[in-house]
This record gives sequence, C-alpha cells and structure tokens, in this order.
Amino acid sequence: MRFVDEFRDAELGRALAGEILGAVEPGRHYKFMEVCGGHTHSIYKYGVDDLLPANVELVHGPGCPVCVIPMGRVDDGISIAHEPGVIFTCFGDMMRVPGSNGSLLEAKAQGADIRMVYSPLDALRIAKQNPDRDVVFFAIGFETTAPSTALTLKRARAEGVPNFFCMCNHVTIVPPLRALLDSPDLRLDGFIGPGHVSTVVGARPFEFVPADYGKPIVIAGFEPLDILQAIQMILAQLDAGRCEVENQYKRVVPYEGNSRALEVMAEVFELRPHFEWRGLGFISHSGLKLSEAYADLDAERRYSVPGVRVADPKACQCGEVLKGVIKPWECKVFGTACTPERPIGTCMVSSEGACAAYYNFGRFAREREVV
Amino acid sequence: MAEPAAVSEREQRILGIIETARAKRGKFRDERINMAHGAGGKATQSLIEGLFVPAFGSETLTAMGDAGSVTVDGTELAMTTDSFVVRPLTFPGGSIGDLAVNGTVNDLAVAGAQPLALTLSLVLEEGLAADELRAHVEAIASAARAAGVEIVAGDTKVVERGHADGIYVCTTGIGRRDPRARLAPDSIKPGDRILLSGSVGEHGTAIMLARGEFELGAEIESDTRSLWPVADALLDAAGPGLHCMRDATRGGVASVLNELARASRVAMLVREAAVPVHPAVAGACELLGIDPMYVANEGKLVAFVEPEAADAALAAVRAVPGCEQAAEIGEVKTEPPSMVLVETSFGGKRVMDQLVGDPLPRIC
Repeated sequence: MRFVDEFRDAELGRALAGEILGAVEPGRHYKFMEVCGGHTHSIYKYGVDDLLPANVELVHGPGCPVCVIPMGRVDDGISIAHEPGVIFTCFGDMMRVPGSNGSLLEAKAQGADIRMVYSPLDALRIAKQNPDRDVVFFAIGFETTAPSTALTLKRARAEGVPNFFCMCNHVTIVPPLRALLDSPDLRLDGFIGPGHVSTVVGARPFEFVPADYGKPIVIAGFEPLDILQAIQMILAQLDAGRCEVENQYKRVVPYEGNSRALEVMAEVFELRPHFEWRGLGFISHSGLKLSEAYADLDAERRYSVPGVRVADPKACQCGEVLKGVIKPWECKVFGTACTPERPIGTCMVSSEGACAAYYNFGRFAREREVV
Repeated sequence: MAEPAAVSEREQRILGIIETARAKRGKFRDERINMAHGAGGKATQSLIEGLFVPAFGSETLTAMGDAGSVTVDGTELAMTTDSFVVRPLTFPGGSIGDLAVNGTVNDLAVAGAQPLALTLSLVLEEGLAADELRAHVEAIASAARAAGVEIVAGDTKVVERGHADGIYVCTTGIGRRDPRARLAPDSIKPGDRILLSGSVGEHGTAIMLARGEFELGAEIESDTRSLWPVADALLDAAGPGLHCMRDATRGGVASVLNELARASRVAMLVREAAVPVHPAVAGACELLGIDPMYVANEGKLVAFVEPEAADAALAAVRAVPGCEQAAEIGEVKTEPPSMVLVETSFGGKRVMDQLVGDPLPRIC
C-alpha cells in the first residue's frame, strides 16, 4: 500500500532504533507519555517498544475516546435507548462498555433497538429511512471526531430531518492534559502529542506544555516509524536542552489547525462547565454539549436522563492507568476479574485502551522466547 | 515504587495467570444471547464449550472438529451442518446459495472427507419474491454441481413477514473420510509448517462493502468456493504428513489458529509479512481499522503439514486453480502453549488473540 508501507519499513525502523539507542544516556530512565489511544494501539500492534532501549519507557495517556466515558453516561445512554420508538446508534466499541447495570450490547439483547454505526452520517441516514422513529446518535471522541458530528448536525438542520438527535459526549484534549501535568504523582520527561486531534486543533494549543510545565512535546503520526521518530525528536530536545512543541506529523498537521473544522465546532457546540472523565473525575471546561442554536437536536433535552454519577467500581484502577501512574498489569483486577470478555473498566474495552492493547497483544514475547 | 526486578517478576506472574485463563474451557454465564455469541470468537466458544458440549457429550463432539464421525459397517463417514443468514443475500462474487453449499462442503473437505451429498432446509419470509427464490435455488444447484455433491433431501418452512430476513438456509452434508491421512487438532506437532491456501479477508470485506455502509469504491469479490480440490491436493502431496486442516471462516485465520492452538496445546508463530492480502482488501481494512487476519473467508483453508512434506504440499496447493497465492505463513512451536504469536512486518512480536467483539455480524 503506497503512502502507508513506507512508514512501516522494518529496516528503517531498526536504523531509527539504533539512533535512539545512541542518543539515550545510559543510567538515565526516560518516561514519555503517548497521549493518544491510537498511538497506544500502534505501539502494541507493531511491537514498537520491542525496538526501544530498556531505559526508555512509554506511558499510556488518557486519549482513548471510549475509555474516558464514565459509567453514568453509559447508563444515561441505555435509558434513552429503552425509550419507546427510539433507535439508538453508536460506534461498535462503545456497545461493550459496562454501565452500572450492563452494557448497550446487553440492552440490545433485552430489546432496545441499538445499532452500530461507523460514522454520524450513518445515523442520520437511519433517521431519514425511519421518519416515524427518533434516532439518537451517541457521540464520543476528542476534537478528531467532533467536527464530523458537528457537520452531521448541520446537515440534519439544513435538510430538515426532524427525528435526528445527538447525545453529546465529545471532549477536548487540553484540559485533561493540563490536569495530568498538575497531578503530583506523575513524573514524565516528555510527550508524544496526539496526531489526529492536532489535524483539527493544530499544534499551537500544546504550547503550554513546554511553556508552563517545561516538558517537550512532539506531535506524531500513527505509523511505527512516526512514533520512533517522535521519540528520537524528544530525545534530541532533551539532549540540546531545548523544550518546545515540534511537529513530526507535518504531512497532515498544520501548525494552526483546520480553521473550518474549528468554526463548525464553535457553531454547533459549547463547552460544558464541567464533565466527568472515567477515572479522572470532573474536569472543568473539558466536555462539549450542543449550543443553544442546536438545543432542539440535543437528546439530553428531549429525554429526561437519570444523570446520576456512578462511582467507578472499587477494584477498577482505570484512572491510574489513564494517568499513566500504573501499567495495565499493575491493576489489581487486570487479567483476572477484568478481561476483554468481561471488562470492569473501560480501558479493557476499546482497542485503543491501554489494558485491552496490553492484554490482546501481550508483551511477554520480549521476556519469553518462543520455542 | 518497587524495584525493577520485583516488578518484572510480578508482571510475569500476572501474565502467567492470564495464560492459564486463556487456556481454560469457556464458561457460559451470560443472561441472554447477544450478537457476540454468533461471531465465532470468545463468546461463541463459551457457548459451545460451556453449554453444548457438556449437554450432548458425544465423543466426536468433544473433539471439536469441523465435522463429526459416524462409522457404518467399517466405512467412516463425516457429517456436518451449517446455517446461513447472510445479509445482503447477494454480493459480489456469490450469494447465500453459494455459501450454503460451499460452507458445508468445506467443513467436510477440511475434515479430510470427500463431500458426497447434502440436505437443504429453507426458512422463507412471507412476501419473498418468487424470482429471487428462483435465483437462489439456481445458485444452490450450480454450486452443488461445481462441488460434485448431490442434494438428496430438503424441507421448507415459511414464517410471517418480519420473522426472518428474506431467506435462511441450512445444509447438512455427508462425506467419506479419506484414508490418506488422519486429521485431528491433536495431530498438530511442534515443527509443523502452517500453510494458507490463498489471500485472506475477501469474503468479509466484500460483504462489508456490499452493505453500502462505507462509500468505498473498491472491487472485492467473495472468495466462496469448494475447498475439496485443495484438500484433495494436500492429501495427495503430503499423505500422513498432513496433520490437520481448517477453513478460515468467521473470525478469519486468526480465530482458526487460536482454536487449534488451544485444542492441541501448542504455540504458533505467524510471520505477518508472509500472509497474502489482496491490495484492495488491505486498503479497505486499513481505512476501517480492521486486521485482515480476523476477516472472514469462504474459500481459504489453513493446513498443518510436517516439515519434510511442506514444500511438496505447498506446490500442490499452488497448482490448484485459484490458489496460486498459497503460502507458508508460520510454524508450530511448543512454548507458550495455546497461544498464537505474530512476528510483525515491522520487526516486533505480539500475541494474536481471539476476537472478543463482533466486527461484522451476519456474514455467512
């Protein structure tokens, strides 16, 4: 595949890994956080960390859109899905996220009409095909997916589709990053910045990372070579005593972001005063809801939802995993009570979740020979 | 913070626990059936191992082969059954009729049995157009002719509109066990080579695109076909050196390898770069974030062949029309038991686990 295979070249990977090995100071332990779940997935999928020196540790960050959804929101979604006449639509991963009383997949088996979609436009199409039913789209994701939800809502308005509604769970990347950097139990040497989010917001919003917290951040693509190169760039900054925002993913990310996408988002969404994150608690101005101009498309206004805050299960340590304080396998229930088949925490559900990636792709191949 | 050495010891212990859990028999503990129980992954396995096998407990069922064994006056017969609920009913490269014949024929073929005859049950939805039914019946007839099997009995039921999706088909097949090899999961031995009869992921991708849910223009056809010619060629070339075969349907090659690794308590190491994938399939899967190793096939098998016979077996498969891309994709190992590992084309190594969710329901 052109434009993809070039970024997965094993020989170039080994060469880059060699350069990284040459750049690290022996005896110093480096901890870099990849903010985005897409990076976590790639790192495990390609075995990128197999190629890194032992003293370079990658810490998985909070950027998995499914993982950060708290149980209470799942319960609210299920309650809407059970309303008579509703067709409830969401992405596939979301179906298995446990609420306090089962998942959307289980609600579907109990009779709720819940359908998996691949994009908000699919949900809008279902609304047009079923004019006598309310179709609710459960929107999740960072600035990466928010513009497509916004455009779909604009289209619904323009085409006068009266039965399309959105339950908005969109979140923004900067507030949780700031919350992480403020957290006292976190010690990081640098960040691999989120590539997809940055295609929308640009690199500028991340300037606070070096400016206020003195940590380098390199925005990176999702192919294994992208990730290795970003690590090399962070190491080069540390070596030269620099600390700035750098853009490894220039082929896709403009420094100023995508102004049209940002405009559409500003029109359709507004910031919530606060939004609850799985494991991280309430973070101010971190979530989006529909703006007043689109209030009539807001499923949370059309239906009364319980809106109850549900505490994470006691045993679940998703919060610490999302903050990178512990590794997935250090969680008390990892791999025993919490497995991909029976997840307790969200990190075990999504393929971008650190726990699911660790469980499914394993890492023991590095420690244990295959004979 | 703990000392690094202690941490690594703890990590090892936890990985050990997970390994044990993976190798355990599935338990069926769900309150209701959901779509994942039909997806061929872990939930399906829990249903089979946790409910069906204990309930029926026949010896041949416990072996968990693709086809069961019945011996009549010293002649060993293989018997299997399969239902087809695909949506849409017709797709590039085939239709529900082709699947219904080839699916059952292939379950016999990979059990090392020459397919002889099929029975056919139809569940029709009130309102189905006669011309559509006629087209599916013709597809069944022509697929049966191509596979060299006779349809010897049948049944028809009609249900009210809305109680079925057009047409559901169930076929049961019977075949004669071929004496050239004894095929079983527990015949798989460390050192065996893993052969794959062609490129992966075409059926599942074709269905996905035929549903029109993605506006992708790629032209991908289902690979539905009878695998008996491939099985026959393998039996001929490798004889008793052929240890086991499986057709890689729901859940793809990854799921089949996992099932067999568990059944035979061996490890498998797959070289990702050696697995043939059609460029259009690779492109579609890349866009959708799906691994083609988990996408369904309807005309591909994996075979386990002892190392001495592997080259001849591969050459024999490649000589079968349509199997020119067959490849040796990996090797059976001893440690870690019940696990499938992949050497990524990037040079890393990782586990290739069984599927949990359902990327795409109702593909066959």
